[in-house]
Amino acid sequence: MAEAPLLSVRNLRTYFDEDGRVVKAVDDVSFEVGKGETVGVVGESGSGKSVTSLSIMRLVPMPPGRIASGEVIFDGQSLLTLSDRQMRSLRGKRIAMVFQDPMTSLNPFLKISTQLMEVTQLHLGHSKAEARAHAIEMLELVGIPDAARRMDQYPHEFSGGMRQRVMIAIALSCRPQLLIADEPTTALDVTIQAQILDLIRKLKRDTGTSVVLITHDLGVVAGMADRIIVMYAGHVFETAPTKELFARPGNPYTRGLLLSVPDVTDMTRGELYQIPGLPPDVSRLPPGCPFAARCDRAEAICHEVFPPLVQLSTQHHSLCHFAADVYQQPMQRTVAAADA
Amino acid sequence: MASTVAPVTADAEPIKGTSLWQDAWRRLFRNRLAVAGLVVVSVVIVASILGPPIIKATTGYTYDYIPRDVELIKAFPPFTAPDGSFSWTHPMGTDNAGRDVLARVLLGGRISLMVGLISTLVSLIIGITYGATAGYFGGSIDEAMMRIVDVLYALPYMMIVIVLLAMFGGQSPFSQLILLFVSLGAVSWLTMARIVRGQVLSLKQQEFILAARATGVSPFRIVARHLVPNTLGPVIVYATLTIPSVMLLEAFLSFLGVGVQAPLASWGSLSADGVANIAVFPWQILCPGVTMALTLFSLNFLGDGLRDALDPQMRKG
Repeated sequence: MAEAPLLSVRNLRTYFDEDGRVVKAVDDVSFEVGKGETVGVVGESGSGKSVTSLSIMRLVPMPPGRIASGEVIFDGQSLLTLSDRQMRSLRGKRIAMVFQDPMTSLNPFLKISTQLMEVTQLHLGHSKAEARAHAIEMLELVGIPDAARRMDQYPHEFSGGMRQRVMIAIALSCRPQLLIADEPTTALDVTIQAQILDLIRKLKRDTGTSVVLITHDLGVVAGMADRIIVMYAGHVFETAPTKELFARPGNPYTRGLLLSVPDVTDMTRGELYQIPGLPPDVSRLPPGCPFAARCDRAEAICHEVFPPLVQLSTQHHSLCHFAADVYQQPMQRTVAAADA
Repeated sequence: MASTVAPVTADAEPIKGTSLWQDAWRRLFRNRLAVAGLVVVSVVIVASILGPPIIKATTGYTYDYIPRDVELIKAFPPFTAPDGSFSWTHPMGTDNAGRDVLARVLLGGRISLMVGLISTLVSLIIGITYGATAGYFGGSIDEAMMRIVDVLYALPYMMIVIVLLAMFGGQSPFSQLILLFVSLGAVSWLTMARIVRGQVLSLKQQEFILAARATGVSPFRIVARHLVPNTLGPVIVYATLTIPSVMLLEAFLSFLGVGVQAPLASWGSLSADGVANIAVFPWQILCPGVTMALTLFSLNFLGDGLRDALDPQMRKG
């Protein structure tokens, strides 16, 4: 990337102090998002992907949580040192977020119009009339039919997919530079999922917004992301351009994830592969690699020494003692990345 | 992959939107007791407002008009003229000074209802502000604020109010009234604060609050716009039930003589006046007493109906 990245997260550590233990939800995470790029963040539940995005937005509840160290630089500005008021003027205006469950992300007691208009009235200083006109425009942009009339309805009168479209409309109202979508399609049917992803892709093309797409579904990122970050136990385990990650993963964990995706063309009806074991408790990690207990190529060193971040190619890094070996080995099955 | 956004298919016929409030309203109307309560309360309110001028126009009596004719300065039973025949002049009779009881009861209604409404309003404002603040900030601020509430709860409030009213009251009937509004309101805000705080605490966890914060809405606006309106259900119910309890408190205070002062009247002070003659002129206490009881029942039925109407909605949200 020739120009400076839009978002730069460096050595971010977000810990939670609970009952005397320290839960290291995000432990030394670094990544960058360029202008107009879509970065996919993939990981199992508990990998720290949501907490990372909440940390960027500084929405982590601060009594149990704290940002122990690290930097978050957005458009040249350090976000972690901003005051609450400055942060609030950023949220919704330059960085927007879409959440997982559209059923609960909208205030059930307010009309859609109120919730849509609130953003532009707040950040762009729209009058009521301007905000209303803009809101109708946004609803039409996201594909809600009869927008002018449906504006005055309540969230419970919309279906899940339409509510998510409304959430996206709210998020993009002020033309933010960065959109963080935290599992935007997880709660939706597969067909609606495809529509929503299409929508995000189209809006991104039209507005040039950068997108951070958080999901546990490899299929979703395959078609959407330019680059992918794989997270596990609060660490970044691998980061690579999409095609390269699918074709030549450099980390046993990524390999395991890819192998876990059932191949629809496979007619042998063998047993489905799954990574053995469960994600670890991030408040009680043993020394060494967090994945060592579940890794099928783990050796003595993996249980004792924390793995280094190995650079495999210009944009491909992997956290593993044996990254180079894994990288050399061809994938047993290729999971075809959908045409982007 | 399609590059155009597939629009959601339009609906065949227009849908009428219903808000959750309209649902609740419909539920309320199905509850006959609540509707009866609503009707009675409305009748009492309208009568209190329009009654006195009508009475003044027709019979010339106001709440403190004492007739000049010495013959009329005595207690007459309801619907009775001085000569014993039927008369419309005094549907509730007169008191010992010849004053029309109906006019006094209607004035009493004005005063008692005003006290109930305004004191409840005072307690609402204090309670909602206090409770929402404690609930939103949580943590040690919430702890401190709620411990203060606990301590205040333990104080023997009626004693304090009585002492306050006895010490500071008495300058004029109106200043006594203001004092009553404030002191009764100050007594009842505690439970309101607890209710609002509880609601805010549970609502705070909901994802739409996080979504609102993610769009940069300030804490004040979140509390005012997103949280407090969602607490209105229990608040309305509790307010509707606070009004009768405050009215009863006022009646008690007026009965003791520290509440509403003459020449103003409230149902409580009228009952106090009438209690002395209960054996001979029972209507003097029965009329204000029964009117007050009816109004209080009706408010309670209305409040219960509101609770039933608004509760399922709360669970849905």
